[in-house]
Amino acid sequence: MSRAHDHLIERLERILGPGGVFHRPADLLVYEYDGSVEGAVDTAAPVAVALPTTTEQVAAIVRLANEFDLPVTPRGAGTGLSGGAVAQRGGIVVALTRMDRILEIDPEDRTALVEPGVINLELSEATIPGGHFFAPDPSSQKACTVGGNVAENSGGPHCLKYGVTTNHVLGLEVVLPDGRVVWTGGRAGHAPGYDLTGALVGSEGMLGIVTKALVRLTPNPEATLVELAAFPDVESASLAVSRIIAAGIVPAALELMDNLTIQAVEPAYHAGYPMDAGAVLLAELDGIAEDVRAEGEDVAVLCRETGATSVRVASEKPERDLLWKGRKMALAAMGRLTPNYYLHDTVVPRTKLPAALRRVAEVATEYDLPIANVLHAGDGNLHPLILFDRRQPGAVERVLHASHELLHSCVELGGALSGEHGIGTEKRAALTLVFSADDLAAMAGIKNSFDPKSCFNPEKLFPAGYRCGEVRALRAQALAQKLGIYAM
Amino acid sequence: MAVAYETDLAKLGTLTGYSGPDQPDDDLLRACVHCGMCLPSCPTYRLTGQEMSSPRGRLWLMRGVADGRLDLLDPIFDEQMYQCLNCRACEAVCPSGVHYGPLVEAARSQLERHRPRPVWQRVLRRVALGGVFGDQRVFRAVVGGLRLYQRSGLAALVRRTGVLKPLKLAETERMMPPVAARFLRPGAERWTPSSPARAVRLFNGCVMGTVFADTNRAAGRVLAHNGAAVDVPVGQQCCGALHVHAGMMDEARALAKTNIAAFEAAPDGEIAVTAAGCGAALKEYGFLLKDDPAWAERARAFADRVRDVTELLADRPLAVPTQAVDRIVTYQEPCHLAHAQRITAQPRAILDAIPGLTLVEMRESSLCCGSAGIYNLIRREMAEELGDRKARHVLETPATAVVTANPGCAMQLRASLARNGSAASVVHVVEVLDEAYGGSAAWPPEGGREPGGSRPQRP
Ligand SMILES: Cc1cc2nc3c(=O)[nH]c(=O)nc-3n(C[C@H](O)[C@H](O)[C@H](O)COP(=O)(O)OP(=O)(O)OC[C@H]3O[C@@H](n4cnc5c(N)ncnc54)[C@H](O)[C@@H]3O)c2cc1C
Ligand code: SF4
Ligand code: SF4
Repeated sequence: MSRAHDHLIERLERILGPGGVFHRPADLLVYEYDGSVEGAVDTAAPVAVALPTTTEQVAAIVRLANEFDLPVTPRGAGTGLSGGAVAQRGGIVVALTRMDRILEIDPEDRTALVEPGVINLELSEATIPGGHFFAPDPSSQKACTVGGNVAENSGGPHCLKYGVTTNHVLGLEVVLPDGRVVWTGGRAGHAPGYDLTGALVGSEGMLGIVTKALVRLTPNPEATLVELAAFPDVESASLAVSRIIAAGIVPAALELMDNLTIQAVEPAYHAGYPMDAGAVLLAELDGIAEDVRAEGEDVAVLCRETGATSVRVASEKPERDLLWKGRKMALAAMGRLTPNYYLHDTVVPRTKLPAALRRVAEVATEYDLPIANVLHAGDGNLHPLILFDRRQPGAVERVLHASHELLHSCVELGGALSGEHGIGTEKRAALTLVFSADDLAAMAGIKNSFDPKSCFNPEKLFPAGYRCGEVRALRAQALAQKLGIYAM
Repeated sequence: MAVAYETDLAKLGTLTGYSGPDQPDDDLLRACVHCGMCLPSCPTYRLTGQEMSSPRGRLWLMRGVADGRLDLLDPIFDEQMYQCLNCRACEAVCPSGVHYGPLVEAARSQLERHRPRPVWQRVLRRVALGGVFGDQRVFRAVVGGLRLYQRSGLAALVRRTGVLKPLKLAETERMMPPVAARFLRPGAERWTPSSPARAVRLFNGCVMGTVFADTNRAAGRVLAHNGAAVDVPVGQQCCGALHVHAGMMDEARALAKTNIAAFEAAPDGEIAVTAAGCGAALKEYGFLLKDDPAWAERARAFADRVRDVTELLADRPLAVPTQAVDRIVTYQEPCHLAHAQRITAQPRAILDAIPGLTLVEMRESSLCCGSAGIYNLIRREMAEELGDRKARHVLETPATAVVTANPGCAMQLRASLARNGSAASVVHVVEVLDEAYGGSAAWPPEGGREPGGSRPQRP
């Protein structure tokens, strides 16, 4: 250990006490990953991990990092899927897991003030008895933190009706990259001036560390109904999706899973998904009891018309939860089918869903790789999961090529990367597929004004080789892309 | 940059890795996709908020050793393998079905094989786990001594003088419930209804058969009440769970073989277990002996017969309890019942069937109470913190009794409740059911036979 290193640790310990700093190699080893897929994101260990309990401590850590010229990487629960919490250039990881208090719940104002380490689902569990819940519900909600949700602008099955995280954040307390502590937004909403809260939500930990969040709570619906419809194939299921939306029904959630996914979850959760179905559609309706009942009937009819072989209706919570469990755990249950998987996160116009799914099937055959499909169908959000075993020679290359095909196809269909799971390091190379160099330069301008030293969560979001202000690199990439020499 | 990376751990070749028998299985290890879904269920992560104290972190460390990136003898590895309560909450929630328990047990076994330990620690482990738990006679003698201590007035005297405090034994003493007046000895007692529909063999267990012998008797009675002829086969020993948890695999295997043979001599009927920890271990004999060609098949056959007593009772329509038990209770899920055996509905169904009884759920009822085998004896601080958290959750409810299904939890709960000023009592599920059937006073039931002295005899 070098002197500078010892000095850094000593200073950190002065801020946090010895229990709040980790720096021995074995301790750092477990901070080198997040929830992202092996192979898609390189692991990287920090020099030190700090576990603050107050905003003041966070600010002091950031100032110290500035003094030592070290990068800072914020971290929540580490469930991110794009490598956002991995310290690609070492430096200090600031893990917010010990700042996990719900500071205030205001049922009248329908707001909650929380520290960033509060677990998403536990916030809802605390507010549901008072008549409200926190609407953003990423499938990882049992584990992920509100800070992580804010940084990734996370969505979930219920975004279809309730919107993503940004629609539920009113204000933020943030430690800026220079160590200043500021508040953005507030209870009043519609504050004059730039919408800094909006800029910070979805900023992937690159503009500051969220130390408090004032979030909006949503009233519990009067009634909720979940329907599970089984279809012979994904096409008929996606047709049902279009019909439901076209009928003017806005389900709270509308999720599609194909047979391969059913094979992974059903044995694990016995949620009652028919193992022989080509696809299942999970629709949740909520609102006023009468409307819910009527819409539920409409959805069932539409499903049958488009080929559903069975429709199961669950109105009681335990049964609804069970049906949902199969869906929410789908991604994490893939380990049952395969040692490795590569997850994609793309969005296409809803009407293009059947075409997109056909394309996915073609790619699967072409590259001889099983691909499971889980979709936030209502939003046209696809999550094709390529299953593989990295120990097989050539498997990784095949997966990368197949991925490239998939992304291209979606863009061709008028779609985009969804960004629901963030860009992180994982997809930054692909960002040029959807944004022009000028688009990216505009974003870089914001980054630059928050973090001129580019020390906050470096190597994320912007395509590789890029340094703050250097738009030239981006131009070169855009050109390469135009000429078709882009490589992932 | 002023500070260089100090994270290059790939000192390949110079590190101690896994070797010999009982290595963490590579395929099992790689089943973890590090999604993090298990984190909030892990008690040690909940208390510390740090990744190395999480299931995902521990699995990553195990992999680090397998990949030659971390030394098996690194103190942090040792610390984390033993800070884990082996409560298996992570295993129960893992969407990818990672078998965490066998992995951490194998890692511990590797540590025990390769790590130099101070002589006194080795001797203590040998004596405690090998000598005392390894032989039922010795175990009964030790608990007999304890009973004498509790009854002779010595206990009261000792408590007054406070001599246990400096020895850090005060808490251990507080955990001890009054020892049953009579131990339950294999072969000595049986419970037979008038027209038995099937046979059930009771696994006695070390602590259950001595300290909690009356709970085992209650189990015998309620099973008989539900149509089973119950006996306690001779020749059975400790289940070996504590040995497995401590990485002492050879000792555990020896005990397993003794038990398999003992129950093969009583071939028909399921094996009922009243201690969740024992039940989980017995059900895993197949895994424990999978590499022993002479025993693998026998172990699997044995494991297939094992049932937790609540599981066994809930399998068939329950004989309707007639006596009201007017009490408000809450239920503490033993980790090795809820997580290792995935039995959560059955105990509650039994409680629901009891007239007069009200079950009020506490928060985090499936979070470890901190007992975890002998964890509370070796890692007092973490165990006490978990115990206090549990007691607080009990105190939030109006319950006057905590129902559970494992002796370790019962002892830990007693101590934690007392320390936090709660007067709630701690009982086993079968004790409550037994009460609803009229208890020992109603046994043998009217018309019950007493074949060959089925009436409980004095040992
Ligand atoms: C099984 C599974 C299912 C998932 N399903 C969904 C889904 O349905 N929808 C969805 O949107 N996502 C999903 N995710 C992705 C992930 O859970 C979300 O992105 C989540 O919001 C990340 O939260 P976290 O606390 O784990 O953050 P981390 O992974 O720790 O961090 C994520 C990013 O946020 C930054 N960050 C964390 N805390 C702060 C803070 N306080 N201030 C500033 N920056 C911070 C980090 O630097 C990093 O860039 C899923 C992940 C898994 C493993
Ligand atoms: S043990 Fe299971 S739940 Fe935990 S990180 Fe690994 S795969 Fe996910
Ligand atoms: S067994 Fe229990 S303590 Fe150990 S890692 Fe799993 S959840 Fe945590």
